[in-house]
Amino acid sequence: MQEFLQMGGYAGYVWSAYAITAVVLIATALWPGIRRRRLHAALRKRWQWERSE
Amino acid sequence: MWSFLHRLSSPPTFYRWSGVITPIFAVIAAALLLVGTVWGLAFTPTDYQQGDSFRIIYVHVPAAMLSLSVYMAMAFSAAIFLIWRIKLADVFAASFAPVGAAFTLLALVTGSIWGRPTWGTWWEWDARLTSELILLFLYLGVMALRSSLPERNQAARAAALLAIVGVVNVPIIHFSVEWWNSLHQGSTVSKLGRPAIDPSMATPLYLMIFGFMFFWLANAFSRARVEIVDREQNKRWVREALGDKAEMQRRAGEK
Repeated sequence: MQEFLQMGGYAGYVWSAYAITAVVLIATALWPGIRRRRLHAALRKRWQWERSE
Repeated sequence: MWSFLHRLSSPPTFYRWSGVITPIFAVIAAALLLVGTVWGLAFTPTDYQQGDSFRIIYVHVPAAMLSLSVYMAMAFSAAIFLIWRIKLADVFAASFAPVGAAFTLLALVTGSIWGRPTWGTWWEWDARLTSELILLFLYLGVMALRSSLPERNQAARAAALLAIVGVVNVPIIHFSVEWWNSLHQGSTVSKLGRPAIDPSMATPLYLMIFGFMFFWLANAFSRARVEIVDREQNKRWVREALGDKAEMQRRAGEK
């Protein structure tokens, strides 16, 4: 295990490359969901408001 | 055939079928990326020249390859939009840009991290590195241009033109390692017939490439779905698709 984590002396390079990839991919994947929730909530609110007119 | 394609590309139809296929693609992407990462990090032999630093290949090469494919797909959608005025093509062009920019950023950053132990430098103004950096600026330029113009159709046309002009950079990136004396090594995967990588190291690389592909499709589809709802928010089908109760009741009353 210790040996695996050390990556033959390249631990800093290998793990940082994978960590950055994970962060960028997760952020990219989450973004549309956040936008969708915001947009759908705004639309539902507007429709409700239109009905109460 | 054409009427089928026409129907497939209408926003409500796309919204319906993409609602089914997007989560499936997302699950496939997650599975491929997970298996590929574990395999590449733990179950491949150490490279005889580069030691364990070569393992960066499993994130670097897929990101770099897809950064080019996504750009071509974006420019292709942009051309379809300009020629045939198909709205969905513009939605796709807009949805491809952020994923492509993310892949390009990853290719540059992981390449830089890999370059340090391998070439002894984080960055060099080398043909391959510089042209990939220009690709990032092209993606960012296309996105900035779209958001800076207030009128949607005008913004879409300007972004489409820039995307198409930027295509000249794609062959430059691809052939840069052959045309110029570059620090960057030649291609590992695309050599026809005989890949320059041992099969024991290649399998996780292919898994990661397909994982990035499915990630791109799932991500672009979910962006496109949000974009369509935003653009067509005053249409009745959007109200129905989002389950607006008053709209449903009105429809039921009409029957």
